[in-house]
Amino acid sequence: MCGIVGLFLKDTSLEPRLGDMLTDMLITMTDRGPDSAGIAIYGEEAKGCAKLTVQSGTPDADFAGLEVALADHITGSVAMRVKDTHAVLEMQADQIAAARAALATLRPAIRVMSHGETLEIYKEVGLPKNVAERFDLRKMSGTHGIGHTRMATESAVTTMGAHPFNTGVDQCLVHNGSLSNHNSLRRKLRRLGVHIETENDTEVGAAYLTWKMQTGSTLGEALESALDDLDGFFTFVVGTKDGFGVVRDPIACKPAVMAETDQYVAFGSEYRALVNLPGIEDARVWEPEPATVYFWSHNAAPTVTEKAA
Amino acid sequence: MQTFDLEAEGLRALNETLHAQAETTNQTKWEIINPKGSHAIAVGLDAPIEVNVKGSTGYYCAGMNKQATVHVHGSAGPGTAENMMSGTVIVEGDASQYAGATGHGGTLIIKGNASSRCGISMKGIDIIVHGNVGHMSAFMAQSGNIVVCGDAGDALGDSCYEARFFVRGTVKSLGADCIEKEMRPEHITLLEELLERGGCDAKASEFKRYGSARTLYNFDVDNAAAY
Repeated sequence: MCGIVGLFLKDTSLEPRLGDMLTDMLITMTDRGPDSAGIAIYGEEAKGCAKLTVQSGTPDADFAGLEVALADHITGSVAMRVKDTHAVLEMQADQIAAARAALATLRPAIRVMSHGETLEIYKEVGLPKNVAERFDLRKMSGTHGIGHTRMATESAVTTMGAHPFNTGVDQCLVHNGSLSNHNSLRRKLRRLGVHIETENDTEVGAAYLTWKMQTGSTLGEALESALDDLDGFFTFVVGTKDGFGVVRDPIACKPAVMAETDQYVAFGSEYRALVNLPGIEDARVWEPEPATVYFWSHNAAPTVTEKAA
Repeated sequence: MQTFDLEAEGLRALNETLHAQAETTNQTKWEIINPKGSHAIAVGLDAPIEVNVKGSTGYYCAGMNKQATVHVHGSAGPGTAENMMSGTVIVEGDASQYAGATGHGGTLIIKGNASSRCGISMKGIDIIVHGNVGHMSAFMAQSGNIVVCGDAGDALGDSCYEARFFVRGTVKSLGADCIEKEMRPEHITLLEELLERGGCDAKASEFKRYGSARTLYNFDVDNAAAY
């Protein structure tokens, strides 16, 4: 069992409140996943710049002087914001690969949580309320965000086993369920050269989507083929720079509720995650259909096909 | 009428209060405010009382109900009216998966749509859905009736026994051993009574009846090699 929450804002005046609303939703889902929590938030974009969100178990040592050390290895400057065990490193977009390579030597204990122009991923072990406090999630603003509360079933309770997973630039995945063919799929993907770090099933799902998109699929197409290639239970919520998508396996035993108003589209594993959203009483509330890809984007009309993705 | 604020007083207090109502209670009408999708609202009731839930509920609302009428003025989460024995449960909105699962008796009325696995393993309950039902509805249904005024999803009535399914719209697919059956006068009479009980204005003549072909659960000597 896990909890998923997601909020996609149509009304830009709600953007400063995104973190606050998502935090309430996340904490409500504590019963579904008290062992770890995470959030992917799509915030401000700086033209030509990209962000690496990194994590360390020993942040004091690893983050000290990191931006200066890193700037020696790449072109242009590096700005760093530290939030508890995480740090967001901003640099020129074309310097990300060089920065990742440099990080591996400069600070080998550091793990990359996300790479994106607007995306930042924060996740840690602990109660959702405590994780939210550590990263000051309530103060975050943005256009959309996805949160996850984890009750581990398939692998250890660790930071790297927590969700969301970064599946590509500005893309992330959260999962409620359990994949039963993740070992064979992991072996297959590793043979194809895909880097998979842990024994976690969702990381394999994320790596699968990344691999599909790197080999020419759109996100929508990758999600459609996930319905054929992933065996097990899943409700997936995926985030992209422009929007978010939802897909459930054909059996659809993992719960999902959606609500839409003129101001937002919201996702919750349960309705009670949505009850404090503004105007929820008059929202259109429904359950997403099994084996159907839904997508909402700031760049296109709402759709239940892969076309907007 | 008694009003109970679930948010202020909590779930345990609510269910304890409702359980304390005897058969002869004078407090026959209850209103629950601020349900906010909470789980297990009004479960295990066993008194002829009427409970109105003013909003949407979470998992297992009105489970194991006996005698009581539970009316949800909103939508209901998974497992609503699960294992109901008698009484009536009415959902004004939609019901999530496995509504009325394993129900032995009573009536479940869903005025919106029911999700997947509606009436799974039902054992005598009557379920009347004004809208559609999702996939695997009435899986292994043993007895009782399901009325669907809209459409049914995939695998309706898979591996069913002696339950009856009346569907007005389309059936996406029938499950193993479920077939369309003749609508005889006694079925029309039964369906008319169910439609009236469910407050549906549909005509019985618009429905088709489905049920067990009885080839799966009866031993057939030709299948002996399969055992």
